[in-house]
Amino acid sequence: MTAALEVRGLSKHFPADRRLRGRSYVHAADDVSFSLRPGTITALVGESGSGKSTVARLIARLYDPTSGQVLYAGHDVSSERGRRAVRRYRSDVQMIFQDPFGSLNPVKTVRHHIARPLQIHGVVPRGQVEARVHELLDTVGLVPPERIAKKYPHELSGGQRQRVSIARALAVEPAVVVADEPISMLDVSIRIGILNLMRELKEARGLAFLYVTHDLASARYIADDVLVMYAGQIVERGQAEEVLQSPLHPYTRLLLSAVPDPARGEGDLLQVSKGHSAAAVDPVDACRFVGRCPLAIAACSRSAPELVEVSPGRAARCHVTAPSTALREDVHEQPVR
Amino acid sequence: MISTLASSEPRQAETPPSLIDVRGLCVNYGPVRAVDGIDFTIGAGEILGLAGESGCGKSTVANALMQILRPPAQITGGEILFRGEELTHLGKEQLRRFRWRNVSMVFQSAMNALNPVMRVGDQFVDMMRAHERISKRGALARAGELFDVVGIDARRVRAYPHELSGGMRQRVVIAMALALNPELLIMDEPTTALDVVVQREILQQVRELQQQLGFAVLFITHDLSLLLEFAHRIAIMYAGEIVEEAPAAAFQTSALHPYSIGLMRSFPPLTGPLEHMTGIPGSPPDLASPPEGCRFNPRCSFCTPDDSDLYRLQTTVRPRLHEVTPAHFVACHLVEAGKR
Repeated sequence: MTAALEVRGLSKHFPADRRLRGRSYVHAADDVSFSLRPGTITALVGESGSGKSTVARLIARLYDPTSGQVLYAGHDVSSERGRRAVRRYRSDVQMIFQDPFGSLNPVKTVRHHIARPLQIHGVVPRGQVEARVHELLDTVGLVPPERIAKKYPHELSGGQRQRVSIARALAVEPAVVVADEPISMLDVSIRIGILNLMRELKEARGLAFLYVTHDLASARYIADDVLVMYAGQIVERGQAEEVLQSPLHPYTRLLLSAVPDPARGEGDLLQVSKGHSAAAVDPVDACRFVGRCPLAIAACSRSAPELVEVSPGRAARCHVTAPSTALREDVHEQPVR
Repeated sequence: MISTLASSEPRQAETPPSLIDVRGLCVNYGPVRAVDGIDFTIGAGEILGLAGESGCGKSTVANALMQILRPPAQITGGEILFRGEELTHLGKEQLRRFRWRNVSMVFQSAMNALNPVMRVGDQFVDMMRAHERISKRGALARAGELFDVVGIDARRVRAYPHELSGGMRQRVVIAMALALNPELLIMDEPTTALDVVVQREILQQVRELQQQLGFAVLFITHDLSLLLEFAHRIAIMYAGEIVEEAPAAAFQTSALHPYSIGLMRSFPPLTGPLEHMTGIPGSPPDLASPPEGCRFNPRCSFCTPDDSDLYRLQTTVRPRLHEVTPAHFVACHLVEAGKR
């Protein structure tokens, strides 16, 4: 299946310190490559500071990349400057944000939020705007649409507001939807409803979703593929079930072991290694996880591992669990602590 | 036990009073009753988990225990006993001493709890000196010790809050909360803003400290799966009421209230089979006009007019907590009628 959107070698470096401008950089995203296929949900997981939101924003063209490409319909849109082309891209690639309270205008009705993109992008003739607004509200489960359309954001619950955001994103008939932590600010009992809605939309409309989250359990629930990010790099990727049931990268294992999961049985808190996921500032040629890694070998401090494909679609960035051919002999060394 | 409260004899000689005994507590925000007649106890050295969605009143309960409700919030009924002593009767000075010494609190946002323009060590010193006769140097040394206890390099007492990561700031706040060896630590969503790995480290540490020092914890969160691992006993709040209370193990295997079950089913599993999940339909009620009868009835799949007698009960009579098995309490007509 052809990709709806492809990201190739995408990097974004921010100056780390004003005083050191031009000399020290945070590598918020480093050589990130993946593709989003129509009718699938790809989860991008990681902790705060891992660079996952940076990637989402690069795709949404909220940042210009330092290097690399965002390919949509065969064109590199990251360097596109033409007004019309940018508008076209923005209607094809939509974004849903974390905060359903901040992303809606408090003095405008629900109808306004959804009708506006329909008008701006000329999706339907003027006479059909009303009907389309109701149709969209119905699609996202906001019924009766006639009543909901007249409401203001403060009259809606968090879950309903997030549904309005989704309806607004769908209004321009996008091919790709980037959802940045869409459920993390919602009450637990309504989160599943939003996840189910995303899954329905993926199936019914063949949308390609990029689901950015720190919540591995929700990623497992709706995603087809999972990308794990750490310190600006993708450290593991593959089918969701494979990655989450038999993780290769020690960071993926750490993340999984930290999630409270009553189903895992006797839930004694696992011992995890100290340290935190800092963004990579001027990274040296070594594995970025080496300081926290229980499996580290000498090679890990000597050279940065590549993302090595271990089976079709499955890859990890680890000298120990996914060694590249050149380094394979090193694996049998004793782990160093 | 501290002087302010130790002076009087416990009222009930027959049963040893729990550390905290809340009876029929009601809290209003103006005309809106946010907490409506709840009862619970916390024993010495016990971790009680209080879970529920936003707006269910769980933070209001914590603020009531700490006596830091601000108008329009007001306790409108019931009592809060700390070792048998009524808290709502304490004077200003007694309260000042009670807070932090007997009960201390950790809030969700550590950044807001710390003064951004003061070194964390100095904030520690201020807090210590407000409660104890201690030299600056002595207080700073104690700060260093406590930093060590919660896993921060003692030299970081010289750091400003912005120089610390979110997890470290939350550790600083926990260290401060433990400085005077309180008997109860209230933690209101202490790790919600943190990453999972950091969350786990901090909770691990709190549990170790709790076992060493023997303080009790009231742990408030919306994350039920976290509570199942962390708490000894779990109470579920919905729309200002406690609808179920049980030991953590019993709750996990045999939660009875349809809301509790819905909450449990709202977290997709990380292991085991994946099923289609539904969450809970609808949203929590507006507390300005809560539903008649059981407050969960508009969202409850077991509340249908098919069973007319039960339906009438569910929609007109407020269910009360009753004990189904020892220490397991549920407020549900369905359970009471033996239909679950």
